[in-house]
Amino acid sequence: MSMHYFANPARFTRLAGRIQPLAGCLAAILLIVGLYLALVQAPADYQQGETVRIMFVHVPSAWMALFCYSFLAVASAVALIWKHPLADLAAKASAPIGAGFTFLALVTGSLWGKPMWGTWWVWDARLTSVLILLFLYLGYMALWQAIEDSQKAAKAAAVLALVGAVNVPIIKFSVDWWNTLHQPASVLRMDGPAIHPSMLWPLLIMALAFKAYFVTLLLARMRMELNLRRIRALRLAERSS
Amino acid sequence: MTRKRRRLYIVSGFMLIFATAAALVLMAFEENIVFFYSPTELARKMEQQPIPPNRRLRIGGLVEEGSLGREKDGVTITFRVTDTVEVINVRFRGFLPDLFREGQGIVAEGSVAADGKFVATEVLAKHDETYMPKEVAEALKEAGQWQGDHE
Repeated sequence: MSMHYFANPARFTRLAGRIQPLAGCLAAILLIVGLYLALVQAPADYQQGETVRIMFVHVPSAWMALFCYSFLAVASAVALIWKHPLADLAAKASAPIGAGFTFLALVTGSLWGKPMWGTWWVWDARLTSVLILLFLYLGYMALWQAIEDSQKAAKAAAVLALVGAVNVPIIKFSVDWWNTLHQPASVLRMDGPAIHPSMLWPLLIMALAFKAYFVTLLLARMRMELNLRRIRALRLAERSS
Repeated sequence: MTRKRRRLYIVSGFMLIFATAAALVLMAFEENIVFFYSPTELARKMEQQPIPPNRRLRIGGLVEEGSLGREKDGVTITFRVTDTVEVINVRFRGFLPDLFREGQGIVAEGSVAADGKFVATEVLAKHDETYMPKEVAEALKEAGQWQGDHE
């Protein structure tokens, strides 16, 4: 199956319409199970006590913040290089979702930082680079709005997305490259997770729930964009007839 | 096909150049990006040139076991910060975070006083990336398998 199989908007809409409710149900179930395990079942941490439960929302949000941007950057590259008709759409649709996750990661991190570190915010490499990520998302969305010709807007936004992609490895490795207040990675690290299984499982289920939620929102936004384009095309046809 | 290939090369080349530029900038600014100096790094800096008394900086390390004390006024706390090689004496008056205790990683902001001690205006706790229930931590300590820096 070639990459252009789903370039047909009608075929995509049909398939997306079928996947979207499934992903939505999956997200809801995983979120309920995950929250129960995280907030009720999981033990308190030996060091941080009950405060550690913020992790079960903070860490999946931060992962999704990075995942959404990677997705956005890859979709932008596909749009620029192969001109795949759905790639621009996918990139545009993922930006507000990623911005939301980034905002959630920043807010929950701040709420966690105050009781544990003793401060809401510091300008260390990890926190600062994630704040830059939020601004990249907002800048990307603003650029789409600022340029009227949607083809030009798509191109400009894609270039911005690729420039900003440099920030993704910086965020991931900031805690290893520089001294930071933020601790290094607990799960995705060389010697295996540094989280006890009783806390790791709820975390992974929450991460899956967030991912399923992303798929649901992405498909919904892409279908909406396609419908808007069709409306615009119909109006144009009406006017010229 | 050839046009696609050409666009692929242009985009990849642009990304490569941009990433290199970003890496060079980050390396050049490393001094400003690090959030704190370890006691060893601070000692090396002071060897090169003395730090002016009003220059603000941050140090980070572990609170040395058995080093926590109070000055005669009853509110000023003193402790030593170590990275197991070098040690810095710290004086601090203010609120300590809940996680603060001997053996805990901390970051202190302040300046170096005339007597060589570090006078902190703010102390933040730094915790590591290990998460486990209390029972597991205690079992590990009993079995002598404890690898953490913390109590």
